[in-house]
Amino acid sequence: MKCVTVDFDKCTGLGICESLAPDFFEVNDDGELLLLKAEISDTELQEVEEAVNGCPTEALKIVDQ
Amino acid sequence: MTEVRRLVVVGASLAGLRAVEAARKTGYDGEIVLIGAEEHLPYDRPPLSKAFLGAADESGALPEVPWFRTEETLRDELGVDVRLGAPATALDTDARLVTVGDDAIAYDALVIATGAHARVLPGTEGLDGVYPLRTLDDSLAVRDKLEAGARTVVIGAGFIGSEIASTARKRGLEATIVEALPTPLVRATGHEMGAAIASLHELNGTTLRCGVGVSAIEGDGKVERVVLADGSAIDADLVVVGIGVIPSVDWLAGSGLTLDNGIVCDENLWTGIPGVYAAGDVANWFNPTLGERQRMENWTAAAEQGAAAARNALDPDNAKAYGTVPYFWSDWYDVRIQFVGSPDADEVRLVDGDPASGGRWVALYRRGDRLIGALTVNGQTEIMKYRVQIMKGGSWDDALAFAETRRRAHEEKLAASV
Repeated sequence: MKCVTVDFDKCTGLGICESLAPDFFEVNDDGELLLLKAEISDTELQEVEEAVNGCPTEALKIVDQ
Repeated sequence: MTEVRRLVVVGASLAGLRAVEAARKTGYDGEIVLIGAEEHLPYDRPPLSKAFLGAADESGALPEVPWFRTEETLRDELGVDVRLGAPATALDTDARLVTVGDDAIAYDALVIATGAHARVLPGTEGLDGVYPLRTLDDSLAVRDKLEAGARTVVIGAGFIGSEIASTARKRGLEATIVEALPTPLVRATGHEMGAAIASLHELNGTTLRCGVGVSAIEGDGKVERVVLADGSAIDADLVVVGIGVIPSVDWLAGSGLTLDNGIVCDENLWTGIPGVYAAGDVANWFNPTLGERQRMENWTAAAEQGAAAARNALDPDNAKAYGTVPYFWSDWYDVRIQFVGSPDADEVRLVDGDPASGGRWVALYRRGDRLIGALTVNGQTEIMKYRVQIMKGGSWDDALAFAETRRRAHEEKLAASV
């Protein structure tokens, strides 16, 4: 199963991931990223990959678990 | 069509790097040459006017250079022939050659990502303490002066200039911004919101002087004062010139590419000349998502266009259009400003918060009956919901209704927390 992980030391809550994969990511009122779910289905893989590539702080990763 | 055996990427910043990485991700195993004008390996620019200018931490260490990749990663893992320290000076699209110094580098496919360079104030060359802020070297020079406690004058109240003034204030230094136009940030955010955002400066102790030009920057070897058109003068040890950028296309004169506010490209980032694509700040492309021609100067577009241009250059028969809802952010004081979409609107409406109170606010931009843009100040949880709506071509009425729901929810949350 593929999962997405967030390095919260790198993340600054810019939110590009939320716009590309809103089922996975949401930035809260305080500007912190919430990971709504981690497990990625085959149909969701492309949008999560776009979110990973779109992250300006390289805080997101897809891992096999 | 001839098979691509050598991809040449001109420009070794974000768009160029992403072009190289995307090429390898597609499985392309031919040669890649990456040409960079600066001596430096690719580095990330947004921090250069923000965190990188900050003061040392408790251990005395200044913020680290935001390198993207090591030389080993580029050469060994990505198999890139990296050529740094000299710019490309000519392009021959018939012979498919890029000139760098005395070398003529042949290509089958070419991605041009030469970006843009800072506008300079004529007559300030050779005066110590006057810098643009575009490159790592610029940022290092500015940081040295801030470290020395420089009285800072920023010329131009755009995003870069505002970030620098904000950093100077954070360090407890005097900061003044001089802007020739009566209202800052109009091109990026429209008239009303430009004025609203600019009010953050006064709230945070930065002097903002709008509607007055600079008549001279004076000093004996090093800068001492900035003289304004109204005859007044501001003492300064550091002057940062943030008056915009110019697409770096001089080297393409006579190449046959169409040059007009950058390199003119279609929706596939194709220049119209076989094998030649453009990406990043230098690309003036047709954005199918918004239905308008744009040249972006932001991180997201550079990253995505670099990758898209490389994929299309390697497989033009299956080229895919690159469309996006533009996004940029800027950090001033402890405020995050975020904008999605286009400021070219028929109406701008404040839907939540109040700029005069300096807290948090949300403004929406209407074009016809469509939502075309959104601006938030400290509205990190709001902004991307509007980006999704703009991507889907959402209506203005739906956006207003959504905004009202969000405003009420926020109000209730605040009331509950009191």
